Amino acid sequence: MELVPLGDCAILIRIGETIDARTHATVRAVTAALENMRGVEVVPAYASVAVHYNPVLVSHARMEADLRACLENITPGAATPSRLVEIPVQYGGESGPDIEDVARHAGITTDEVVALHASGDYTVYMIGFAPGFPYLAGLAPQLAIPRLPAPRLRVPAGSVAIAGEQTGVYPIDSPGGWRIIGRTDTRLFDPASAEPTLLQVGDRVRFVAVD
Amino acid sequence: MRVLRPGLLTTVQDCGRRGFQKHGVVAGGALDDVALRIANLLVGNDDCAAGLECTLTGPDLEITSDTVLALGGADLSAVIDGLPVPVWRPFLARAGSRVHFGAARSGARCYLAISGGIDVPVVLGGRGTDLRACMGGVDGRALLANDNISSGAASPLAEAIAALLQSQAAHWSAGRSVRPGYSAEPVVRVLPGAEQGLFQSKSVHALMNEPFEVTAQSNRMGYRMAGPSLELRGWQSEMISSPVTAGTIQVPSGGAPILLMADRQTTGGYPRIAHVITVDLPLLAQAPPGTMIRFASTTLEEAHAALRARERNIRQMREAIRLAVRMQ
Repeated sequence: MELVPLGDCAILIRIGETIDARTHATVRAVTAALENMRGVEVVPAYASVAVHYNPVLVSHARMEADLRACLENITPGAATPSRLVEIPVQYGGESGPDIEDVARHAGITTDEVVALHASGDYTVYMIGFAPGFPYLAGLAPQLAIPRLPAPRLRVPAGSVAIAGEQTGVYPIDSPGGWRIIGRTDTRLFDPASAEPTLLQVGDRVRFVAVD
Repeated sequence: MRVLRPGLLTTVQDCGRRGFQKHGVVAGGALDDVALRIANLLVGNDDCAAGLECTLTGPDLEITSDTVLALGGADLSAVIDGLPVPVWRPFLARAGSRVHFGAARSGARCYLAISGGIDVPVVLGGRGTDLRACMGGVDGRALLANDNISSGAASPLAEAIAALLQSQAAHWSAGRSVRPGYSAEPVVRVLPGAEQGLFQSKSVHALMNEPFEVTAQSNRMGYRMAGPSLELRGWQSEMISSPVTAGTIQVPSGGAPILLMADRQTTGGYPRIAHVITVDLPLLAQAPPGTMIRFASTTLEEAHAALRARERNIRQMREAIRLAVRMQ
């Protein structure tokens, strides 16, 4: 693991260069190890973790030393067990305007797209882009498809979408270039709650097809 | 107070949200946090109380009960009942008076602090408006005409200031030493980014030696900059999304850098060539589209020393105001 400054108020812990289960396990272990560190904000990503700190209160050298001490004892893969969250999805039609493009790209029917997507066992590798937006790993390789050439100006909240080998759900209305295959009524982001997002890094997700 | 005319983009802002970035919630807060903090101290508030961020064309406001206001940051030709009000000095605003903002004389964002702070609900640890997530501030949006804005309970210091200003003008203001060193042609200091080594050396040289223009495609999330194209050394596969922070300069494949500001996403997928240091972010916040920005390299030690000095100056100003009020 390599520690590099991310500007003057954060340190970036570089864990790997790829998106895979092993790197993800290490990211989770690092995040868990830093959870109780005071005065910092820890932001995990695919293969790195940022630690935001206040250099007026603690020096960079001290911060780096504290981080190294915390990181010495981590055991990758020993993170807390993950939760399973089921998300009901209405696939296709007006809810999933891009499902036919995905089917055509894969050379299968739209029913097969639904069956493949709803049978996947997904893991939240990262939360980013928008509040509570989960980057999910575990998509069937056949369903992989590049982003739209020009992003939509408004993707409605609840849209279930695919980009490359990832799938995700838009928690709020926002612009976006992912291919939309369905929609859920489940709320992924609720600012009134102390735990504002439904999903957290490490959670397992299953999609359930509904009418 | 009541909003008569909302201006171009007027939002409630404070010092931002801490602790929710892991949920993808932006840190946000005033783009020029130092100007807001100073304006708050001038009226006797906690430095991070919520105030208004007025962008280029400010609002028209009707004051509905006697209060103390202070402006910080850009000079947007503010007047109260037709009389000019200075930036960086608190003033009494009587019930029924009108505050009007005119042409931008310098800078881009003016902060209005009100005695007691703006009273809107705290959402995820902050009162500031997150325009993209539609939360915080007034219904998660910019101000509109006829919005009514109330202030919170004034601190004992704010009450003492209000009592004092009934009979005399404020004899304190924020001096130059505590204000950010704004300039029409700002030079901002940068630290190397995690991927700086992936860029061609002539691109790194260009970043440090050529001016870059703030384009019209700039907002609270980030500024798109126009200038020499910044190119990677060789072909790179798409970068894996990784954390970013306010001040991060990321470069999409087109070669035009994006300078990330307070409402930046928590993570980004473009190579990070450099980071603007925290003390110089207010200079960017006050740079309207068309401003030519120059970058200069610095060290982490220098960045931290400058940040500590700034916080010391702000602390001293707070104490000086306390003393000035108590001596009366």
